[in-house]
Amino acid sequence: MQITINGAPRQVPDGADLAAVLREHGVAERGVAVAVDGDVVPRADWSGTAVRPGAAVEVLTAVQGG
Amino acid sequence: MDDPLTIAGREFGSRLITGTGGAGNLAVLERALLASGTELTTVAMRRADAGGGTGLLDLLHRLGIEPLPNTAGCRTAAEAVRTAKLAREALGTSWVKLEVVADADTLLPDPVELLDAAEQLVDDGFVVLAYTNDDPVLALKLEDAGCAAVMPLGSPIGTGLGIRNPHNVEMITSRASVPIVLDAGIGTASEAAQAMELGCDAVLLATAVTRARDPERMAAAMRAGVEAGRLAFGSGRIPRRFWAQASSPEPDADG
Repeated sequence: MQITINGAPRQVPDGADLAAVLREHGVAERGVAVAVDGDVVPRADWSGTAVRPGAAVEVLTAVQGG
Repeated sequence: MDDPLTIAGREFGSRLITGTGGAGNLAVLERALLASGTELTTVAMRRADAGGGTGLLDLLHRLGIEPLPNTAGCRTAAEAVRTAKLAREALGTSWVKLEVVADADTLLPDPVELLDAAEQLVDDGFVVLAYTNDDPVLALKLEDAGCAAVMPLGSPIGTGLGIRNPHNVEMITSRASVPIVLDAGIGTASEAAQAMELGCDAVLLATAVTRARDPERMAAAMRAGVEAGRLAFGSGRIPRRFWAQASSPEPDADG
């Protein structure tokens, strides 16, 4: 199925959960936060959270600013 | 700790809060942060590159400086609340510099969205430090909404125009019950000192240091400016007089 990660289209296996998608994408172990379709998903819930086709996954971290 | 800054029950020895934006690289930033003596510095939340590291967070951790996530770039309360929640998840802090700006030309806070976001975040348990206009009415409303600190601007972000309405800032500080942090517009050390003389509890600045020709040296200047202004504020300045008043004794009568 196709989803987007940080705006870029990605193919991921059908039925993959959020934890698998993020692992495949090489998301850092700490210092990041993830939102799916605009809702923040706590790290503890990554495993077992279903990802639907077309989902918009955002992975954010702290950068220089302010 | 002598004369600490206390925000939401937490004490800071330094009254200078910095931002990390604008520094050419992390090495320059590190030297500037160290020279500033800051204990709290802002970071922004943006998309993470795949496999990207967290060099900035590692640096702050190593220096013992607390990151203060901001909601820079947010135009609505909904965006700001979402960014604050992402920051809390990513950084494990419930502190947030709340910033909701109206347009790109002015980067001035949108007061309606700002107050709405502040109320929502306070309700959700956040420690909200609200970046706001130099408006004494709005400052009080933010305080009443439960903000831990209110942060009026001196002038628009990044302009270095200093404190354009010192009287407003003094009205804000004179009736505040939470810390007032002068945030945005500072260009040089005398303006940081002025903010403290107007009764501000702290100064937050970024561009003035990070985009100075010598960031490390300017950081040291800002630190000294904040300390000087704080000392002067508590020292009871002399009243302004129209005519001169000699400070030496009268000349001896001709003998």
